[in-house]
Amino acid sequence: MNAILLSVIIFVSLGAFAAAILYIIGKKFYVEENPLIGVISDLLPGANCGGCGVPGCRAFAEKIVKQGSMAGLNCPPGGADTVQNIAKALGVEAAVEDPKIAVVCCSGSRANSPQKVNYEGLQYCGFAHSLYTGEGGCPNGCLSLGSCVKVCQFDAMYMDEETGLPVIVEDKCVGCDACVKACPRQIIELRLKGKKSRRIFVSCVNKQKGALARKSCSVACIGCSKCQKICTFDAVTMENNLAYIDYEKCKLCRKCLPECPTNAIHELNFPPRKEKVENTESVEN
Amino acid sequence: MKTFKIGGVHPPEHKLKAEDPSITLELPKQGIVFVNQHLGAPSQPIVAKGDKVKVGQLLTKNENFIAANVHSPFSGTVNKIDLVYDASGYRKEAIIIDVEGDEWLENIDRSETISREIKLSKEEIIAKVKEMGIVGLGGACFPTQVKLMIPEGKTAECLIINGVECEPYLTDDYRLMMEKGEEILIGVSILQKAIGVKKAYIGIENNKPKAIEYLAKLAKSFEGIEVVPLKVMYPQGAEKQLIYAILKKEVPSGKLPIDIGCVVSNVATSFAAYEAVQKNKPLIDRLVTVTGLHVEKVSNFKVRVGTPISMLLEAAGGVPENTGKIISGGPMMGKALLSLDTAVTKGTSALLLMNEKDSHRGEPVNCIRCAKCVEACPMGLEPYLLSALVENENFERLLDENVLDCIECGCCLYSCPSYRPLLDCLRIGKQNARQLQSKK
Repeated sequence: MNAILLSVIIFVSLGAFAAAILYIIGKKFYVEENPLIGVISDLLPGANCGGCGVPGCRAFAEKIVKQGSMAGLNCPPGGADTVQNIAKALGVEAAVEDPKIAVVCCSGSRANSPQKVNYEGLQYCGFAHSLYTGEGGCPNGCLSLGSCVKVCQFDAMYMDEETGLPVIVEDKCVGCDACVKACPRQIIELRLKGKKSRRIFVSCVNKQKGALARKSCSVACIGCSKCQKICTFDAVTMENNLAYIDYEKCKLCRKCLPECPTNAIHELNFPPRKEKVENTESVEN
Repeated sequence: MKTFKIGGVHPPEHKLKAEDPSITLELPKQGIVFVNQHLGAPSQPIVAKGDKVKVGQLLTKNENFIAANVHSPFSGTVNKIDLVYDASGYRKEAIIIDVEGDEWLENIDRSETISREIKLSKEEIIAKVKEMGIVGLGGACFPTQVKLMIPEGKTAECLIINGVECEPYLTDDYRLMMEKGEEILIGVSILQKAIGVKKAYIGIENNKPKAIEYLAKLAKSFEGIEVVPLKVMYPQGAEKQLIYAILKKEVPSGKLPIDIGCVVSNVATSFAAYEAVQKNKPLIDRLVTVTGLHVEKVSNFKVRVGTPISMLLEAAGGVPENTGKIISGGPMMGKALLSLDTAVTKGTSALLLMNEKDSHRGEPVNCIRCAKCVEACPMGLEPYLLSALVENENFERLLDENVLDCIECGCCLYSCPSYRPLLDCLRIGKQNARQLQSKK
């Protein structure tokens, strides 16, 4: 009986002693922290994707609190709701950024850009890029090794075995920018999601002159400027033999699509056209 | 027998038909002369479509310090300036010349007589080497005049000439030593004079006993040139390894050979320097080994720079059916060619045809920590660790582990029993580490 009593006394006093030390240390080394950081941190999605440009959600919360507003900051996976909630917690107004989505601007599938050489090196796009043009011969096109898919944390990408091109799952993509950074050839671009997810873009990044571009890929932009001429909104710019459609200016009129001689301009999520059905062959992206 | 201290491998030598004399190839109908054939700032062409050119005429200009001129190896008309695949795997700017006759500029001495007397001064030699577009023919194509200009505050004590030819299969340097021995030695004297040193060592591996004997005999009549036989070991031709093998001196990490008073050059570069200084001839031709275990007529061809490689392959009996890949350079450091529509450049030392069976890598499996790569690395690095750091994108630590010392010799990849892509990882690591370093 005594032994039990003794051990209880010893452990209770040990516990009390330790608690006292912890209490003193806790008081002495207390770090004052803005409680807002915790609040905002809870509002963020917790994906730690890095899409905001800061490593991790908590670091982002700290940055927001330090800055005191949401100006210039955005949480792509959280979207407009998250931004509004954070702004409310901060007691400020925040402009809502339109949601963006990753778009793969290359159609150099195995059918369009046939394989000319075999690559057996490291399965990493950055390395293949430093070695050679790619199996199809396009110096700017997709290398089909899937470095972008490997960095996607939202399961929003997969490699299409048949075409050898990455495919973006629209429902899952949050526009976090990770794949854009992973691509050594700047093939993936973040574009406005657009009304009803409708988008028009040039699905090519080949900067070579027309004849050379066609040699490596049958659906390459040849820099003919036809789309630029027909566009009434000045949305198309030509640079390095390559057309680019500015998503902020584009009114989605689709006039440029039938103009393109190589079908390098793609449309997404549009209803089929009434007259010319062949032009609307939907391209999965 | 001397060799370097750590690492190295000894792959099968396969020095095929090394004793056959080199063959001078006829001129092609059309030449493809790349605008940039050196390491350094890019040049611009100064000829246009339709221009008539003569052999030896300057084709490019470049204002930068690290640059080399390109001269026309052919006489004829410029057909066009186009983009052509080169050994880098990308299309690069090239001047395409329709060859008409063989008309040389008059100030080039085309006679075979050997002139031993070096009339030019130190400065004139360097200017001549620059003017004639001489680059390091050991493979990197680094402009030679840059090496010869010793930076202020440093002094050169000796010149080391690389006659090692440690890459398997290659025999072009050997042929050059056997056929142009005296010219090479005069070239060495020229380089000695340019950097102001008395002593020069020519390192030759002892699988070339005839070359050692021949050059040692010739060297007796030259001042301060010594032929050093070396044990066969790859990568002895790398400058830091060669310096250690000959002088037992180590180049510190991140430093250049000149920091310990050495200048390293190649036998072919010495020959080119001889031709430039004594004969006023630009670097427009070179020896190219066309080789491979299943190649019909393995030979060394003396060709003009800009000769289409299809011509070389034809002269060697065509491309056998079971060829898996064609490598520009040796099997260890060369690069597989993407297209046969390309041409010989100043840096093309060989065309190696690999048969289908030998041209594939093994399927990479897990690292078994056998440390064979550590044993093989001539720079004392730990390739297995570095590749793991690259996979985990820990570039900070990679820099601390001296990844930038890697000379990309491929010994780690060669020795790995798990076929891990060690060299591939190291190359990415170097790229990233260099970016990180420049940020700091």
